[in-house]
Amino acid sequence: MVTEENVKEWLDEVKDPEIPVLSLIDLGVITKIDIHESLVKVAMTPTFVGCPAIDYMKNDIVEVLQKHGVKEVEVDVNFEQSWNSNKITQKGRKALKEFGLAPPPKHVLIVDLDILEHVQCPNCNSTNTELKSPFGPTACRSIHHCFDCKETFEQFKPL
Amino acid sequence: MTNTEALKELIYKMADDQLILGHRNSEWTGFGPLLEEDIAFSSMAQDKVGQSYALYQILNDLGEGDPDTVAFMRNADQFHNSQLVELPNGEYDFSLVRHFLFDTAEAIRFQMLTNCSHEPLAQLANKIKGELRYHTMHADIWIKQLGRATEESVSKLQDSLDRLIPYAIGVFEPSPMEDQIIEDKIFEGEGKLRQQWEEAILVVKSKTPLNLPYFSLVKPV
Repeated sequence: MVTEENVKEWLDEVKDPEIPVLSLIDLGVITKIDIHESLVKVAMTPTFVGCPAIDYMKNDIVEVLQKHGVKEVEVDVNFEQSWNSNKITQKGRKALKEFGLAPPPKHVLIVDLDILEHVQCPNCNSTNTELKSPFGPTACRSIHHCFDCKETFEQFKPL
Repeated sequence: MTNTEALKELIYKMADDQLILGHRNSEWTGFGPLLEEDIAFSSMAQDKVGQSYALYQILNDLGEGDPDTVAFMRNADQFHNSQLVELPNGEYDFSLVRHFLFDTAEAIRFQMLTNCSHEPLAQLANKIKGELRYHTMHADIWIKQLGRATEESVSKLQDSLDRLIPYAIGVFEPSPMEDQIIEDKIFEGEGKLRQQWEEAILVVKSKTPLNLPYFSLVKPV
């Protein structure tokens, strides 16, 4: 009998295709798991509404669960519990930093955009940094520059 | 009981505005005046087209066609968008001013829609309003900077503002079913949105020497 814990463990193998070190569980996009005998229903919510990776993630969920012997998988994408960047787990934040992406600062759900100004550099930990652009190579990233190590880096945007 | 026709009318208008402006913004990909702006307009284009897809998906759940079919297979006269979003791109100042005028309205619109009586739209609005904060932040920063930078930048923004304000006010054209929309608590109405928009535009404008007309005297396009 498949349990919710099993499914979570397996979904930890499914990575965000744009940030391959971060699992969907660590990203916080899996909102519900329902198990009815041989059917597993997974509910997920996108990080950004226009995220083009969502279809890849859906397919990856089906593929991984089937690999573990689940016969029927249904993935429903909805906004019932909408995602915000506080939902990224501690493990996920650590993985982001090691990947060279500054993790989003925790916030009280209304993001004060001043927190973008002095993001901690993931390379040298300095906060002597500046925001170059609130938009980056993917919808969820902003671009920053570090005055200490002189590297330009990206941040997973707080939302 | 929500009037579904009135709800659909409102969603079509919003989704079509986003889809068209998303495509206009995407025309800056590869042509931005600087790399960061190229990326910004491309990202905002991606957000807008993605948000319109989510709105078309709600329409689909209400019995309308498949999102891709609705987005790309209708005839021109079946679109509900405002003229502001379809105007061809000019120079960068034109797109920046359009982005400022439109996104300021859109951010307030989705904030208001978090109270929508149609739950899926309220949930989506709650999500979109957070994303739009990045769009309005971007617009406000550039309007404030270029709006007081050099004689040339100020006069370019002023020309675009003069040209686009009547079109921007056209965004608030009431739906043929506006009374129903308000009565059913779908949306508090274009009139209320316009009022809040005028206040928000004036706050940013006050940081610059730019001039705005008396909104009440402008004939909407």
